[in-house]
Amino acid sequence: MSEPRLVEVRRNVLKQNDVIAHALRSQFRAAGAFVVSLVSSPGSGKTTFLEKTLTQLQPRYRVAALVGDLATENDAVRLARSKAPVKQITTGTLCHLEAAMVQNALKDWNLHDLDFLFIENVGNLVCPSSYDLGENLRLVLMSVNEGEDKPLKFPTIFNSATLRL
Amino acid sequence: MHELSIAMGIVDAALDESQRRGVQVSAVHLRLGALSGVVKDALMFSWEVACQDTPPQGSQLIVEDVPVIVFCTQCQVERELPSVQLFACPECGAATMDIRQGKELEVFAIEVQEEEVRE
Repeated sequence: MSEPRLVEVRRNVLKQNDVIAHALRSQFRAAGAFVVSLVSSPGSGKTTFLEKTLTQLQPRYRVAALVGDLATENDAVRLARSKAPVKQITTGTLCHLEAAMVQNALKDWNLHDLDFLFIENVGNLVCPSSYDLGENLRLVLMSVNEGEDKPLKFPTIFNSATLRL
Repeated sequence: MHELSIAMGIVDAALDESQRRGVQVSAVHLRLGALSGVVKDALMFSWEVACQDTPPQGSQLIVEDVPVIVFCTQCQVERELPSVQLFACPECGAATMDIRQGKELEVFAIEVQEEEVRE
């Protein structure tokens, strides 16, 4: 056996996710669908915000939503009250959505039928920040009653977001 | 806690690189940005589990912390941030979101053990 040798490889670990996210982004652009992802802690109001947004946008725009949770279809049921097409993604034990799950959930939807697609991530201020979903913009929500210092405590997600509400 | 799946991604990358070269991996060098969203301790903890029953089993994960560097438009230079909580130039205080470094999650190199090639 020879001495260990250092070989430079330079590989991005999340490349597989990034490749899928990139493909999704091209697909969204080609179809003319604008995609917004929502992240926040559990219980800060993502679903309420989204339900109202879907309802208000609908007279003028074609909208739809994907919603991620570890378990239950509760949020999909709530969002469906807006009458917009909604699909629940249940992640099992996974704490965030990945691009492949979005791709899979969109399989039987025609993106050309949409002006806006909303993707509600799993309630979590940590893990979703690492995963590109192909969205045009990422919206992070916070409510003061969950602690006004959330942006200081979870800087990565707040810095990675396009909009902070 | 998504570090285990990230550790498995690192194992896959190292395995792929080593198999292409026909070598055995003894260590993996990772560049980890302060904005990568990955916790170093949790990643180190996951490493052994992620390697189990794969050829890199028993290999070492060596993590290089990569600090955040931003470009300050006031000073017209790149500055290293002392913390990820405040995106402002540490010298002049001007706010900036022009991030030049710090999102890395990259297998930078692998240490390999090669069999001597016999003539």
